[in-house]
Amino acid sequence: MSVLVYTENWDGEFKKLSFELVSYASKVAEMLNTTTAVLSLGNVENDELMKLGKYGAQKIINVRGDVFAVLDNQLFSTAIADISQKENASVVILSNNNTGKALAPRLSVRLKAGIASGVSRLPISIDPFVVYKRAYSGNAYAHVRIKTDIKILTLAQNSFEITVHECNATIENQEITLDPLLVKTRVNDVQKQTGKVLLTDADVVVSGGRGMKSPDNWGPLVELADLLGAATACSRPVSDEGWREHEEHTGQTGKIIAPNLYIAIGISGATQHLAGVSASKYIVAINTDKDAPIFEAAQYGIVGDAMKILPRLVEAVKEMKSK
Amino acid sequence: MKILVCISNVPDTTTKVRFVENNKKLDTTGIQWVINPWDELSLTRALELKDDPASGVTSVTVAHVGLAAAEPTIRKALAIGADDALRINAEPSDAFYVAFQLAEVIRTNSFDIILCGIESSDHNGSSTGGMLAELLDYPSVSAISSLQIRDGQVGITREIDGGKETLTLPVPFVGIVQKGIAKEPRIAAMRGIMMARSKPVKITEPVSVEAFTEVLEYEMPEPRAACKLIDPEDPKQLISLLQNEAKVI
Ligand SMILES: Cc1cc2nc3c(=O)[nH]c(=O)nc-3n(C[C@H](O)[C@H](O)[C@H](O)COP(=O)(O)OP(=O)(O)OC[C@H]3O[C@@H](n4cnc5c(N)ncnc54)[C@H](O)[C@@H]3O)c2cc1C
Repeated sequence: MSVLVYTENWDGEFKKLSFELVSYASKVAEMLNTTTAVLSLGNVENDELMKLGKYGAQKIINVRGDVFAVLDNQLFSTAIADISQKENASVVILSNNNTGKALAPRLSVRLKAGIASGVSRLPISIDPFVVYKRAYSGNAYAHVRIKTDIKILTLAQNSFEITVHECNATIENQEITLDPLLVKTRVNDVQKQTGKVLLTDADVVVSGGRGMKSPDNWGPLVELADLLGAATACSRPVSDEGWREHEEHTGQTGKIIAPNLYIAIGISGATQHLAGVSASKYIVAINTDKDAPIFEAAQYGIVGDAMKILPRLVEAVKEMKSK
Repeated sequence: MKILVCISNVPDTTTKVRFVENNKKLDTTGIQWVINPWDELSLTRALELKDDPASGVTSVTVAHVGLAAAEPTIRKALAIGADDALRINAEPSDAFYVAFQLAEVIRTNSFDIILCGIESSDHNGSSTGGMLAELLDYPSVSAISSLQIRDGQVGITREIDGGKETLTLPVPFVGIVQKGIAKEPRIAAMRGIMMARSKPVKITEPVSVEAFTEVLEYEMPEPRAACKLIDPEDPKQLISLLQNEAKVI
């Protein structure tokens, strides 16, 4: 019995999401009185792999291979299932990001393991195995019992605190023989966002809605985000109008995020918008309408015109930084 | 080429959900049921492809696992333009149960492209599509934001963390769809609503299989503390609170 975590790498590197996963997994392993193994597929150097040890993994299973350069759901889920079986894993943990969402359900069928997706807390109980998860797009939470012997959990990003341990991990290099014919996905082109803080990774997000009035008014919002090291986001009508990129759309049908701070400017706070941002630790609302529902979700608010308030906030942050 | 769109029947996205029977069941009084938003977009894209003769798409079928109460949602899909529907007459108890039933009807009906939404807005499971692909042993692509077909060749764009990839894939496959695949969901016109009445809905009984999970109870999110209002003339105060009280910047 053990807990197995799968983390992807981004051009040979891990990020905060990987460390959250390992921190979470090692706490689950503690509850089960067992050990944590992390699986990495693809080409990652040893010192990068050792980083995972700091967050509580005892074993780092390293499967190298150029085949892992492109995500093929069949290939990856076969590999993860194979290692899970070898490790006799009773709980398998992945991220609830696009990769985790692509792989966990395939693994579920292979391992005959029930899934609870998007968990943000430790299991409520181990026997029976009950977890707490988001339901009805954040309007409720469900206690879900997983009835199968093996359990799969996908962890919501930014929802679990990273804990650093004394590192006593070992790297175990393993090989898997995979049928290359399995790979059906042929990637022709990759476009990566560069130089920007990724919305799903960001600790602080500055977001604009229809109250920003025009795509030409975004300058001070972007400046505020840059000063705070924040990612920029927007409501759905803003991306539908083409004022901002689709990648920035947050909410029920867009990205679901959980930053430490979400600043909503000129956003009314429709249920569908809140569905994507209500897990933020703090929400700030800036809106001319004191009755806008966003104020019910926010801890801090300013009732006023964003066009006047944004430049003042920019000045205030500059002043704070100069101190 | 034949497309199947799997649809989930969910409460309207503005619903303030409440629970009954010791918080074990959703209180369905007054709820408006709709096609899950991503499924509606998948259906729209499938119909756009069918409208374009160069795509080679000849039919669009919808499939739903659910009881007779979901008929209006199925009729809505037919009114929007689907050619026919399959309903597996069972309570959709969890993602695995649903995927298992869908796999069964797909094996007997054969489709080239099967579309599922990236999640269902009720249980937010993000599981059915991937499970279905594995049960059928088909390839799958997740987080699809664009789907094109030319001369029998499928071109897909998928979202990855911090970017996009364009790729090709042989049929049959399961496509798991997010926003972007179609701009606005198609709305049923009067003529469509009339025609939907006579379109075939084939009802089959479920095969026996155990669900992997069960919901024991629901709870409401913790209420948030009241909002502190800050003088619009003094936004410095906000920055100071964020720095010293909330400690988030
Ligand atoms: C199935 C479905 C899914 C949806 N999914 C999403 C989703 O994922 N994400 C999403 O965001 N929406 C989604 N929506 C749309 C949602 O219902 C709302 O329409 C949308 O969130 C409103 O965007 P908004 O707040 O930018 O605009 P509005 O609702 O128009 O609000 C603009 C706000 O700006 C304020 N304002 C105006 N001028 C100023 C000013 N000068 N300074 C400050 N404030 C000002 C106004 O008081 C108002 O509160 C969905 C809808 C449906 C039906």
